Amino acid sequence: MHIPENLRYTEDHEWLLLDGELATVGVTDFAQDALGDVVFVDLPDEGDAIVAGEACGEIESTKSVSELFAPVAGEVVEVNKAVVDAPELVNSDPYGDGWLFRVRVEELPELLDAEDYAVVLKEA
Amino acid sequence: MTIPSPLDEVHRELGAAFTDFAGWSMPVRYGSELAEHRAVREAAGLFDLSHMGEIEVTGPGAAAALNYALVGNLASVKVGRARYSMLCAEDGGVLDDLVTYRLADERFLVVANAANVDVVARALAGRAEKFDAQVTDRSREFALIAVQGPNSADILRAVSDADLGGLKYYASMEATVAGIDLLLARTGYTGEDGFELYCSPEQAPALWRALTEAGEPHGLLPAGLASRDTLRLEAGMPLYGHELSSGMTPFEAGLGRVVKFEKEGDFVGRKALQARSEQSPERVLVALAGEGRRAPRAGYAVLGPDGERNVGEITSGALSPTLGYPIAMAYISAGLSETGTALTVDVRGKSLPVTVTALPFYQR
Repeated sequence: MHIPENLRYTEDHEWLLLDGELATVGVTDFAQDALGDVVFVDLPDEGDAIVAGEACGEIESTKSVSELFAPVAGEVVEVNKAVVDAPELVNSDPYGDGWLFRVRVEELPELLDAEDYAVVLKEA
Repeated sequence: MTIPSPLDEVHRELGAAFTDFAGWSMPVRYGSELAEHRAVREAAGLFDLSHMGEIEVTGPGAAAALNYALVGNLASVKVGRARYSMLCAEDGGVLDDLVTYRLADERFLVVANAANVDVVARALAGRAEKFDAQVTDRSREFALIAVQGPNSADILRAVSDADLGGLKYYASMEATVAGIDLLLARTGYTGEDGFELYCSPEQAPALWRALTEAGEPHGLLPAGLASRDTLRLEAGMPLYGHELSSGMTPFEAGLGRVVKFEKEGDFVGRKALQARSEQSPERVLVALAGEGRRAPRAGYAVLGPDGERNVGEITSGALSPTLGYPIAMAYISAGLSETGTALTVDVRGKSLPVTVTALPFYQR
C-alpha cells in the first residue's frame, strides 16, 4: 500500500498536502482499495466552512456509501471538478488527479505522518 | 469463524478482497468490480459459488416428496433439465428460492442459497418423511464454479468435448471438463449465457486454473460477489434476503407463476397461497430507474411523487454499470406500481426522482 512521505494523514484514511495556509485533501490508497470502484463523489461547495471531524461529503462505490470527514477546519477554496465528472480518478490516482478539495486552514488538528499512518494500517 | 472456500488459496494468489457471506469467506472482487461486471457482459467471468448449498433428494418417492415440499411441479421436470422454484412456509412466506436439477428419474439436486442451507435441508427432510425418499445435505461435497458471459461456450469448448450445442438453458449433464468429471449445467444468475460446474472441492483449484487458462484468449476475468450482485440486479433477478423473505409470498414478488396449484396432491403452503393468489397484494415488487449517479440502496424509503408520503422501501439498488444510471427494486403500494409512475427515493435526506419501469433492466 502506497503511503507518500510528504503527506499528512488522518485515521479516517484521508491525506493532506500542506502548503502554507492551504491544504489539499484526498483519500488514501488504502481507502480507495477498500471502497472498490468509486462511482460518485459528493464534495462541499467552494466557500463552505468545514469543521474538523464533521462530515463534509460522501464517497459512493458500487457497494457502499462512506462519509467524507473534514480533516481540518477552514474554508473550502477549490473543488476538484475533474473527480466529480470522473470519480474513478479516486481509484486510479488517489494521491494525484484524484484529490478532492482544497481548504484555507483555520485550525489544524494533530495529524499523522506517513510512519504513524503505516502503523494505523497495520492495526486495521 | 468463517468457512474458507475450497478455492481460498487460488483467490489469495489472485489478490482478491474477501467478504463474509453467510458464514463463508468469499471473494468480493479481484480488481475492479466494474471491469468484472463488464467482462461478464462483453466476454466472460469466472465465479466461485462454492458457498451455495447442494441437497440431494433420492428414491422412488423423490419427485412426489419435492412436489409436496416445494411450490413448483418438480415431478414434471424431465431428466437432465432444471427448474427454478421456491420453498414456502405453511403461511406462504418464502423460505428460499432454489434451482433443482433432475439428475435421474429418482435423483434430484436442490441448490439453495448459502444462508438458507440448514433451513432448506431441515424442511426438505421433514417434508419428505411420509414419502419413500432420502434427503442428504451434500453441500460440503461440492465446489461450484460458474463461467458466465457471451464467450463462455467457447471457453468450455477449449477444455471439454461435451455436446454444448445439445445443452439447453436450464439443462444439465455429466461431463468431463479439463479431465475432471463433474455436473455441467447451463444455468446462472447474471442475465448472460453461461455454465455452472459442480465438482469435488479437491478438484476445484485444478478446474479453476484450467478455465482461467482456456479463458485468457476470450477475455475471461475472475469475478467476485460485488459484480454478481450488480449483474443479477440488472437482469431483474431477486436475491433472497432482499426481494424475497419469509414475510412475503411469491405473489408480492411478482413470481406467482412459480406456484403450481394445478399439480396433483397437497403441498406446503397451498391453502395460504391459494387465498393469496385470489387477492391483489397491498405491496408489490417494482423496478425503478433514476437519473444521475447516486444510487438508491436497500432500506431507503420510497416516497410519493410529492416527496412526502412513504409508499415503500428499496430492496436492492446500484448505479447500473451497463446502463450508466441508477436502478433499483422496491416494494411499493400496489396502486403506484404502474410503469411510468413518477416517485422519489429518500437518498440520505436528498430526493432522487425515479420512475417505475419494467423488469428486466437489461436483457441480452
